[in-house]
Formats: sequence, structure tokens, C-alpha cells
Amino acid sequence: MGNVGEALLEIRELSKQFPGVRALQRVSLSLYPGEVLAVIGENGAGKSTLMKILAGVQLADSGEVRLRGEPMQFSSVKEALQAGIALIHQELNLADNLDVGANIFLGREPRKWGLIDTGAIHRASRVLLDELGLAIPTRTLVSRLPIGHQQMVEIAKALSVNARILIMDEPTSSLTQHETDRLYALIRDLKAKGVSIIYISHRLGEVKEIADRVAVLRDGKNAGALDKDEIEHDAMVRLMVGREPIQHEPRNRHGKVEPVLEVEGLTTQTYPNHAISFTVAPGEIVGMAGLVGAGRTEILEALFGVTPATGGTIRVGGAVINPRVPRHAIDAGLALVPEDRKQHGLVLEMMVRENLSLPALRRDQRKGFLNRRAERSLSDAAIEQMNVKTPSASQLMQFLSGGNQQKVVLGKWLAMKPRVLLLDEPTRGIDVGAKREIYRLMESLAEQGVAIVFVSSEMEEILTMSDRALVVHEGALAGILNHDELTEEAVMRLATGGHALATP
Amino acid sequence: MKKILGIFGLLVFIIVFTAIMNPNFLTAYNIQNTIRWTGLFGIISIGVAFVIMTGGIDLSIGSLIGLVGASLAWLLTVQGVSVPLALFLVLFMSLAIGFFHGILVTKLRLQPFVVTLCGLLLYRGLARLLTGDQSIGFGSAFEGLRFLATGRIPIPFVTGFALPMPFLIMAGIAVIAIILLNFTIYGRYLLALGRNENAARYSGINTDRVTIFAYMICSLLAGLGGVLFALDVNSVQPSGFGEFYELYAIAAAVLGGCSLRGGEGTILGVIIGAAVMRFLANAINILGITHMEFAIIGAVILAGVIVDELVKRWVEHRRALARAVGG
Repeated sequence: MGNVGEALLEIRELSKQFPGVRALQRVSLSLYPGEVLAVIGENGAGKSTLMKILAGVQLADSGEVRLRGEPMQFSSVKEALQAGIALIHQELNLADNLDVGANIFLGREPRKWGLIDTGAIHRASRVLLDELGLAIPTRTLVSRLPIGHQQMVEIAKALSVNARILIMDEPTSSLTQHETDRLYALIRDLKAKGVSIIYISHRLGEVKEIADRVAVLRDGKNAGALDKDEIEHDAMVRLMVGREPIQHEPRNRHGKVEPVLEVEGLTTQTYPNHAISFTVAPGEIVGMAGLVGAGRTEILEALFGVTPATGGTIRVGGAVINPRVPRHAIDAGLALVPEDRKQHGLVLEMMVRENLSLPALRRDQRKGFLNRRAERSLSDAAIEQMNVKTPSASQLMQFLSGGNQQKVVLGKWLAMKPRVLLLDEPTRGIDVGAKREIYRLMESLAEQGVAIVFVSSEMEEILTMSDRALVVHEGALAGILNHDELTEEAVMRLATGGHALATP
Repeated sequence: MKKILGIFGLLVFIIVFTAIMNPNFLTAYNIQNTIRWTGLFGIISIGVAFVIMTGGIDLSIGSLIGLVGASLAWLLTVQGVSVPLALFLVLFMSLAIGFFHGILVTKLRLQPFVVTLCGLLLYRGLARLLTGDQSIGFGSAFEGLRFLATGRIPIPFVTGFALPMPFLIMAGIAVIAIILLNFTIYGRYLLALGRNENAARYSGINTDRVTIFAYMICSLLAGLGGVLFALDVNSVQPSGFGEFYELYAIAAAVLGGCSLRGGEGTILGVIIGAAVMRFLANAINILGITHMEFAIIGAVILAGVIVDELVKRWVEHRRALARAVGG
């Protein structure tokens, strides 16, 4: 029997090579029954390749995986599932036009006389959901569930095949605080039942909270491991990047000059009853904090004319603007780096150069004709300034890494010389190196007098980057924190609906 | 470019195969005729390619051709309108119809398939209403006008073969279309929005205007095609004139490398696609197997897209291998 001390899963010297990239080089890991092993590392460190091999999506070139001492090789997701390993993707893989029960048993529906036995599905699903403490009816359509519940359904699906090892890839990236807490409770519960969890996350605060051990990958190799009592933020960052974290200098540029962006009584379509007012001065970096779903993206999209505001006034440089489409906002000197770069920021099937020049084509045109020389020099300048890693400006966007894609999204606005730069989760899902470059760029733009408003769900980002922070709670502006009032506690209190401390 | 070479290879194969099977195929008369038809279908295929590049579709082309053909004959022979005014009116009507499609697709967010399917029914009905469902022709008049469709321009130093007017008109339109697509900001906007409309909008592009313009180009070229087709056959039978032409145009665009998902395609490819369609139909005719026409055309298009997909995968595979060796 599997006594404690004997590894449930053992990975030995696993290597995997892709054309031109050594994704994994002799990586070894072990996982014990009933533990949460966090696997962290910058993007491109090899985490997802490792997980894909474990889940049967890809085959390793060399090395071995032992499950309860037996060597294993999975050539399909089905085989991995049968062995008890389930991968829960960052982007959930549910059919949202089907109900909860149908999703849990998708592809392995119990049958009766050749027809799907829906009764059995819903009875079995009920048992599973009850075990997870989830009270939703099994006949609810998945599309009607909040994202946190959808994730629970994915977990239920994994448990329904008796998975003993759950691999969770960035499980909290779209969860609210409340949903995250529920997930933690569930993970602790699963641990108690002997289920082992491999937890992949960029959010080091979470790792500290939930992990029993941490394994760090860097450039496809083992970069170190931390036991429970060694899990500290700085220690993790040190192993991930191989150098000391930068300490940001506190800044305060506010109050020196006239504001360039003035928002007064702005209401959005999602929250028509909450009027938002704030100002941003040139050279100021204003963070917008709040829980996911608090309405921060809606505010940026209203300013940028994506979803026009339902009320209020927006002034840029003293002149009132009323953006009904992004073009109006761009003409007034605004730029937006959207939250979802693949959906809204980039044309993935086009070249890097064509993406960089897209907003500027109209300005640089020659009576309707493309100005190729301007396009070339603009994109070369942006690639250099943003330090975009690409073999050439003609490379298709889809072949760039997430961090470099994000640099292109930012880079395409540089040539437009915006007065106000709006950034929505500018560093989500990108590696530490690219993050730093984006921070540096935000600071240098601020020094040049650009007003910056950025939305972030990462506390560290809000605390280190903001001159001031706006905290949004359920569509309303819960408070504005100046640099000297800016603490994690103050932000969280406002973000969760508490009140600011009385300032004398 | 590879895509164009592939479809060009298919065209050459059809020509060589038919020439070997039946020597009558390579007569100047037959080739001139087929090139003329390639020109006519090429014009409407270029039009629909623009709409397909936005990720849309236009099913109303054939009916619009019927309506334009019937209206032109009716204006000229029944109403006695002058030639320039009649041409202006039918082309303006085509533009207006394209504008109407574009507005419905962008502002009301109706699906292009539905909008133009209704157009297919509506314009056919209007053509029949206008003419009382009777055939209407130009008679022996309008020789000058008919030159546009039936005329031929001799090639210097070549005797016994002359270039048909519709082909030259198509060539002119193709040059304009190539410039529009590759050298103007409109073309870039069109390709960007065809691949990711949201990203285009977030970059400040007036995506609605770009899309509406594509539908207007499509209907205008369908209208021009209608004029030329009507002058070519000299008689318009409103219930059937132009029927299914939209399908030939869409097939030519797809053969020529347009993806129905949008954002992809080249004008040269579309023209070669139209040529394949016409030479294939002509070959079937000459070989005396007309009852097999649809079966053969369908099979050839299907085989073409299958081979294209397989070649694409093979190339990607080879490229991956090359990278692996190089890295």
C-alpha cells in the first residue's frame, strides 16, 4: 500500500525538444500522496510542456515517469485519465450549451438501451457535487454558472474518473476572491482525501498560501525547490529569475500640474447607477485595484469608446470628448492596451510589423495609400524600444511568446504618442522578465509626461507601480489612495467593501 | 504564392488534358470564347472575394445579375432611356443594394448569409415583376454597347486570335483591386478585420465602414457583370438569368485561396480560380459529357481543397523538420 514517504508520481530526467527550443532538460520531480506541489517559473520555463507530458497531450523525448513505482508513458489524454491524472486547463474545457451533469460525463455517458441514461448521469453528478459542497442543480446549463462554479464542475469531472492527481494550470486567474477562497477550501478537502495536486501559478501570494512544497523551473531545468517553511516571496522570485528582485522607489508626481484626464460622473452600461469621478495628471501612474468583476475593465472601455458610457463627462486636456467608438478616443489622444490581447489586441495571423502599424496607418497614409517607409521605420523603432524578441518584423504575430505579444500591443500605441495610456491587466500571463520591461516602459512614458491608468489584479503591481490607486468595488469608486496611504491592507479593505481609515 | 501555383497547375492540367482528348479544344474560337467567359465570371468573383475577405458571403449575386440585366434591357428598349443614363441607373442600383446589405450586416448585425439569401429571392422576384416574367432583349440595336461584351481587341503581330473585351475589362478591374487590396490602407483594414474584427476596432478602424464598402464593391461588380452578361447573350429571361452564378463566383474565390473565415485571399488566385471553373465547364462541354458537369465540377473543387490542405500540412511538417535539424 502507498505509505507516506513513497512518491505517488516520480519524474526522472525528463527531456523534450521542440524545433529550435529545448523545452525541458532532465527535469525531475516527485509528488507525494495528499500534497500540493506548486510548480512555478517564468513563462517559457517549461511548466506547460511538463504538464502536457503528464496529461498525455505530448510525448517526452527521454526520461521516465513512474506512477506508484510503475513506469508509464501516456500517448493520449484518455490514457492519462485512466491512470488517474487529470489536467484542469487555464481556459476551461466545458461545453457551455450542455448542463452540468452532461459535462461531467461528456464522452463516457452511461447508456440504457442505446440511449443516454440521463437519470443515472444526474444521480451520479449529484453525489460528486455534494462531495465538493456545491449546491447547484445538475441540470443547470454551464453557460449560466459563474466562472468559479464552472471550474468546480471541471474538478468534479476529474474526480468522476477517480483522478488521484489533479494538475491545475493558473486556476485562480479568473476567479473572484470569494471563489478563490472556496477553491482553497476544496483543495484542502481533496488533500485530506489523499488526492495530490500540482498547482501552477504566477501568483506567488497564492502559492505561499496553498502549497506544501514548491518546485521552480528555469529555462527548462530544475532551478530549485522550497519546503513549506521556506516558501517566501523573495525566495521564490530569486529562484525563478536567478537574481534579486528590484525594489521600486516610491514616487509621487501628483498635484504638480493640471490634470490631462478628468472624469466626472461617468456611468457604464454594466453599472448605470454608480458614477465615477477622478483625474489623472500628466506623468502620473494611477493604479485601478478591485476584485475581478468589480467593473474596472468597464470603466476603461467606456473611456476608450468600446462600450460607450451612459453618462458623465470625460475631458482630455480640458476639452470634452464623447467617444462612441475607439477611433474617437484615439483621436483625442487615448490608447488602450486591452485585457485580452489575443481577442482584442492583436491580429495573430498578421505580421508583427502590420500589427504595430495598424493604428498609425490612417495618420501616415498618402491619400489613402499605405506609406510603407513610415510603416517600416515605425515598426523597427517600436521593436527596438520595446525590445520585442522576434526573428524579423515580418514574423507572424502568433509565433511570438505571450510577453513579446504584449510588448507589441503596447508598442503599437507608442507611435501614436498618446496623452493618456490605459492598460488593462498589462502583465497578465507574461513572464517576470517581460513584466519588468513593461514596468520600465510605463515609468519612462510617465517621465515623458504620459498619464497612465492601469488596471491590475496583482497587489504587488498596484503597490509598487501606482502613484495613486483607485479602488473599485461593485461598480463604484470605493476610494482613492495616495502614495503614502497605499498599503495592501488599505486596498483590500476598500476592494472588499470596507471603509477607508479616517484620515485626519 | 504557393497556393496560386497549385491552382495554376490545375488549370494547366485541365487545358493539356482536354487538348489531348479533343483537338477541337485548342481552336482560336473556343479559347477566345472561354477566355471571354473567364472575364465575365472573373469580374463577379473578384467582387465576392472582397466580401469573403471580411468573413461574409454574398448569395444574391446571381439574382442581382438577373435584375440588372432585365432592368438594362427594360430601360433601353421599353423606356427608351439613353445608354449612359441606363448604365448609370443600373450600376447605381447595384451600389445601393450593396450599401443596403452592408448596413444590415454591420449596423443591425444580421448574418450575411441570411441578408443575401433574402436578397437572392427578392431581386429575382423584382426582375420578374419588372418584365412581367417575359424574356426581354436588345434586338439588333446597341451594337456599340454590345461591343463591351462581345468585342475583341487584336493583339499586335498576332493573327487569328484576339482578346475578348470582357477579359480586358476584368484585367483592368483586377489591377484596381490588387492596388486597393495591397497598397491602400483600406486593403490592410479589410484583411485585418477579416482576421480579427475586434482587434481592428480597438485599433481605431471604422470596421463598419470597411465592411459596407466591401459589400458595395461586390454588388457593383455583380451589377457590371449583369450588364456584360446581358449584352453577351442579348436576351434576358428574368426567371433564370444569372441563376447559380453566385455559387460559381464563390467557388472561384475559394479555389483561388480565399478562406470563408475571412482575412485571406489574393486577386490573382481568384482570377485563376474563375479560369479553372470556365475551362473545366468548357472541357466538359467539348468532351460531350454535359450531364456530368456538376458532378465533375464538384469533385474537382473538392479535390482541389483537399490537396491544398494536404500540401499545406506537408509544408508545415517539412518546415518543422528543417527547424529541428537546424536548431
